[in-house]
Amino acid sequence: MTNTSVSIKDLSLNFGAVSVLRNLNLDIRDGEFLVLLGSSGCGKSTLLNCIAGLLEISEGQIFIKDRNVTWEEPKDRGIGMVFQSYALYPQMSVEKNLSFGLKVAKLPQADIDKRIARAAEILQIQPLLKRKPAELSGGQRQRVAIGRALVRDVDVFLFDEPLSNLDAKLRSELRVEIKRLHQSLKNTMIYVTHDQIEAMTLADRIAIMKNGVIQQLDSPDTIYNAPRNLFVAGFIGSPSMNFLRGEVAASDTGPIFVSDTVRFSLDGYRAGEALQPGRKAVLGVRPEHIAVNGETAELHEAVVDIEEPMGADNLLWLKYAGQTISVRVNGARRFAPGAKVRLGFDPSLASLFDAETELRI
Amino acid sequence: MSDRSSLVAASASRLQPGPAGRKPRRMLSPRNIMLYGTLLVAAIYYLIPLYVMVVTSLKGMPEVRLGNIFSPPLEITFEPWVKAWSQACTGLNCDGLSRGFWNSVLITIPSTLISIAVASVNGYALANWRFKGSEVFFTILIVGAFIPYQVMIYPIVIVLRELGIYGTLTGLIIVHTIFGMPILTLLFRNYFAGLPEELFKAARIDGAGFWAIYLRIMAPMSLPIFVVAMILQITGIWNDFLFGVVFTRPEYYPMTVQLNNIVNSVQGVKEYNVNMAATILTGAVPLIVYFVSGRLFVRGIAAGAVKG
Repeated sequence: MTNTSVSIKDLSLNFGAVSVLRNLNLDIRDGEFLVLLGSSGCGKSTLLNCIAGLLEISEGQIFIKDRNVTWEEPKDRGIGMVFQSYALYPQMSVEKNLSFGLKVAKLPQADIDKRIARAAEILQIQPLLKRKPAELSGGQRQRVAIGRALVRDVDVFLFDEPLSNLDAKLRSELRVEIKRLHQSLKNTMIYVTHDQIEAMTLADRIAIMKNGVIQQLDSPDTIYNAPRNLFVAGFIGSPSMNFLRGEVAASDTGPIFVSDTVRFSLDGYRAGEALQPGRKAVLGVRPEHIAVNGETAELHEAVVDIEEPMGADNLLWLKYAGQTISVRVNGARRFAPGAKVRLGFDPSLASLFDAETELRI
Repeated sequence: MSDRSSLVAASASRLQPGPAGRKPRRMLSPRNIMLYGTLLVAAIYYLIPLYVMVVTSLKGMPEVRLGNIFSPPLEITFEPWVKAWSQACTGLNCDGLSRGFWNSVLITIPSTLISIAVASVNGYALANWRFKGSEVFFTILIVGAFIPYQVMIYPIVIVLRELGIYGTLTGLIIVHTIFGMPILTLLFRNYFAGLPEELFKAARIDGAGFWAIYLRIMAPMSLPIFVVAMILQITGIWNDFLFGVVFTRPEYYPMTVQLNNIVNSVQGVKEYNVNMAATILTGAVPLIVYFVSGRLFVRGIAAGAVKG
């Protein structure tokens, strides 16, 4: 238990008859960077607000640093929070914004000054201390907002979509800064986002949520390469994974995947359970795991529909087996629309899901 | 030199003949005539009575009797103004409007301050600290805004009498405070509800409680709405006649009631110039308040469109 920072036990939250979070369990290790990822309305921000104590939970318990904080006020939970809209107090200077919480807590002035100096140095906002939030750019504002969490000297940082209001360039810059901050502070951080790039780049572990339930909690690598169910597989990755519906069948060379139009060998696929012939299944392959005109055992004919050159790589939309699939190839390789290509893929990189339960096989 | 001129010539010659740059607009287009014509007519419509009042108040009685109400005064005199302020008679007193003015000040200032103080806290609590039944409470409060005052006069008279403050300034101040409550609470609640919720959350994480958040975060951010509430209350209470006449005794009559008594007093000659001066004096306070803070007023009313 000692290395658990935040622990959520059987948490449920209902708004009247609407159940937002259901029986949620989550253990976050000390110093871990956990990302809650999901589309809007999946309950990820709600969960964060519950941890912060801004929403009263209906059932269950929340522990922070092995202390039951279920009934504690937000300020007593040892958390700092950063909001999407920055939520800086507009009438106060940056310095006052940073010191507000400390003044409310009646800390000695010398202590307050010391903490502000430290936070300002870490975030490099010393020149901004006397300014009002309105005089800052979006990136500077968010830095101040992070500073406000920093001065509180807390165990756990909560981020509620902190980068969503920034433009693309600033977003990637601050993303790196947040990662650097985590590496140097080694605090526990819980980070809510709908941006899978942020999730993949920042997280030690990602919790993918849907309808108030965690679908998968794993390292970014595992989530990307071995999604536990069809939802996770489709949610992570852009463009999303290609899916083919069919069933598992047996052959001389081992189990194969067949549909009306295609046959794939599943030789090399690491199945979690026996591949029983006749089982209805969905085969998922990532766009970058399909080889075009390469040397693979199986060759499938496809026609180029649209080509989207992106510089570093080139995205092809192909007509194949009666549906459109996407394939990522090297940016230097160009294809004319209408061209016929041959596809090959590696079963060990594919994912196979049960068609009914939608769980990984 | 030749370099520069050739550059200019080159850039000038790039333009094709025909429309270029900003489209010229004629001042005397049908659209403008219509627009300014309507505005002018509306302005005249509202300003003529004011003009007549000002002009009449500056005339002596002989000139008023001539009946040329639109003609400017031949001989400007401030006698009617002095008389209206300090000599006009109401019943037995002949000390003019001045007494009513000070009564109105004594009524308006505390009523405005108390009602705004209470209503802003109400609105803040209803917007940010949702409690069980807060919506019902709010609905009841709003219904209060739609009940005609006249219905409640008699019960309130009895309540004030039982409290022993009927006929006093305190009683009238309490009545004004209570009747300002529904509309002001609505105003403040909606304004506070429009402020970003995350600000409130951030303050809670910073450890601020109910009063600290209100006094140090919410109130300082809400100057426009406080000005709006102030203007609404000052004009409303200053212009009030009904409560003033019902809930006070003659020595505490507010300016409006006294104005009525001066204008309607039946003894002697009707001094139109004095009446006009008295009316302008009574209306001056809300007018000044509006002119001084009108810009803030508009900003507060449109606060929904203004980002915090």
